[in-house]
Amino acid sequence: MTLMIRDLCVARGGLPVLQGLSFTLAPGQALILRGPNGSGKTTLLRTLAGLQPPLAGQIDGTEEQIAYAAHSDGLKAMLSVRENLTFWADVFGQPDIVPALDAFALRPLIDRLAGTLSAGQKRRLGLARMLVTGRPIWMLDEPTVSLDVDAVAQFAAAVRAHLRAGGAALIATHIDLGLEADVLDVTPFRATQDTRAGASDEAFL
Amino acid sequence: MTALLRRDLKLAIRAGGGFGLGLAFFLIVTVLVPFGVGPQSELLSRIAPGILWLGALLACLLSLDRLLALDWEDGTLDLLATSPLPLEAALSVKALAHWITTGLPLVLAAPVLGILLNLPAAGYGWLVLSLLLGTPALSVIGTFGAALTVGVKRGGLLMSLLVLPLYVPTLIFGAEVARRGATGMDPVTPLLMLAGISAGVIAIMPFASAAALRVNLR
Amino acid sequence: MSMTEDTATPKRPSGFWSYANPVKFLGLSERVLPAVWALAAISLVVGLIWGFFFTPNADKFESTVKIIYLHVPSAMMAINVWVMMLVTSLIWLIRRHHVSALAAKAAAPVGVVMTLIALCTGAIWGQPMWGTWWAWDPRLTSFLILFLFYLGYIALWEAIEDPDTAADLTSVLCLVGSVFAVLSRYAVNFWNQGLHQGASLSLDKEENVADVFYFPLLVCIAGFVLLFLALVLYRTGTEIRLRRTRALQAREARL
Repeated sequence: MTLMIRDLCVARGGLPVLQGLSFTLAPGQALILRGPNGSGKTTLLRTLAGLQPPLAGQIDGTEEQIAYAAHSDGLKAMLSVRENLTFWADVFGQPDIVPALDAFALRPLIDRLAGTLSAGQKRRLGLARMLVTGRPIWMLDEPTVSLDVDAVAQFAAAVRAHLRAGGAALIATHIDLGLEADVLDVTPFRATQDTRAGASDEAFL
Repeated sequence: MTALLRRDLKLAIRAGGGFGLGLAFFLIVTVLVPFGVGPQSELLSRIAPGILWLGALLACLLSLDRLLALDWEDGTLDLLATSPLPLEAALSVKALAHWITTGLPLVLAAPVLGILLNLPAAGYGWLVLSLLLGTPALSVIGTFGAALTVGVKRGGLLMSLLVLPLYVPTLIFGAEVARRGATGMDPVTPLLMLAGISAGVIAIMPFASAAALRVNLR
Repeated sequence: MSMTEDTATPKRPSGFWSYANPVKFLGLSERVLPAVWALAAISLVVGLIWGFFFTPNADKFESTVKIIYLHVPSAMMAINVWVMMLVTSLIWLIRRHHVSALAAKAAAPVGVVMTLIALCTGAIWGQPMWGTWWAWDPRLTSFLILFLFYLGYIALWEAIEDPDTAADLTSVLCLVGSVFAVLSRYAVNFWNQGLHQGASLSLDKEENVADVFYFPLLVCIAGFVLLFLALVLYRTGTEIRLRRTRALQAREARL
């Protein structure tokens, strides 16, 4: 169940962005990713989620374990809150959407079409989706965008509950969530001009 | 998998889903043909099988750019790719949903439009049968085209350019079945060919589509 | 294809595969290109002049027959270029050699021009022979479909910004397109049994074309192959330099 990253190198657009990255993420543990724009946080999360192959290094413990949430929530405007959540619960083989609704105070909105929600409400629905995946490792990319203070607190509480239940979370964010979490600054791992890790443009240099 | 099918069907039926657009397009194309070639009924009845097949094919093509583009824009494809559902299965289901919402209505509407084009009585059964066997292939091949071009902004025209040549064998055998049926010739050989093409592409194309989509999601 | 055998061997840059390195490929192509250009020019000039001016007029064809010195080689190349693209696409998908993907990209416009030459010379030949510029004969139709496949392939390369994504997607399209091109060929054969003569060049040449026409035709075919080789080497070199510039700029920009 422990996520183990060893000597990872990830690339965006044929260009290495991060190199030599190693860390472990045990059950009950949360890790906050920090680093300036373009430093490769999103690329790292997409690589760990299996959406793109790493250039080099080893990733262990991600198979069928990861729930991934990116900037866009995958919500359908013409489906209600209930239908959106039920769909993802079905895809991940989970029976119950009630805990997810409660965690993000979505009950009053349950029959509203997702298209009529505000940006913050949509975001809450997108985060509630993590709870219906039943997956132990959450990977969140800037989860608090357009959330108000209350909603951020709800989110932090949901993460805490997830950790208590033996889950883990990897969160790229700039704000302080008030979590007891380690912080990983990716800046020292930025790939340099002469990184040679098998990126696709290297053959041409 | 049924969840994805149910969701796609629901989305197609609700406002903005574009359900029925293909059907309306099919109707308009069929109505326009006599204006282009003249109203002589024996000419129309001779070209009816081909026109109906071509109309159905174009209607199918027209609705393809919605097949993956919407799920691409709102991030659903990223999330589906990280879900337990294999991408091949997800794309097969999406092709099936496309067929149910676009192909099947076209099959059902074709006999009615056949009346407008004076299709000979012997041709109706073969026309419906050929469309029933051929339109799934159109949806599955179209899904491949959509998967190739999903990352291209305004890729609709490009997708037509890629998909239409791939439609050639299906169109040839499908229209041949309908034409032979209408003229009283034996349509069994092209019918078997058409069935073979459909079975082959349904079995194999989802793998090519998923490979293309994975590259695009990278 | 035989490529699967090669994947089993360890990736040592030796022999043939060492030229999969773009820089090494550039060096090689720069060395051999002048010779290939020269050979292509010589064989084309010799073949075409021999064919056009030093062969007798066949009785039933009169002088129109001489267009075969353009028609047959270009038609052969139209198909062979696609086959070459299929092979290089497979090499790219299996072994990830950039030169291979770029060679496929470089070959496509040459292939489309070859197809166009075959179609046009066919039309010009067909007009006096069959009394029509165009007929929906299976061979002609197949070439038209091949032309469409080339267009789609080139359009896909042009439409996608990231070069590796474009290489992957066009390779998949080339594979799928090849299967459908063969399917279309059979479908078209079934659809219309045509008036085009059989292949005019096969192993039993006596049956088809007399020696006087056959030898200059062979020289022309060699010329077309060499011309294609020169163009592909040259264009692949251009593509490699473009990618190299892009790679250097990207590294530069990142500081």
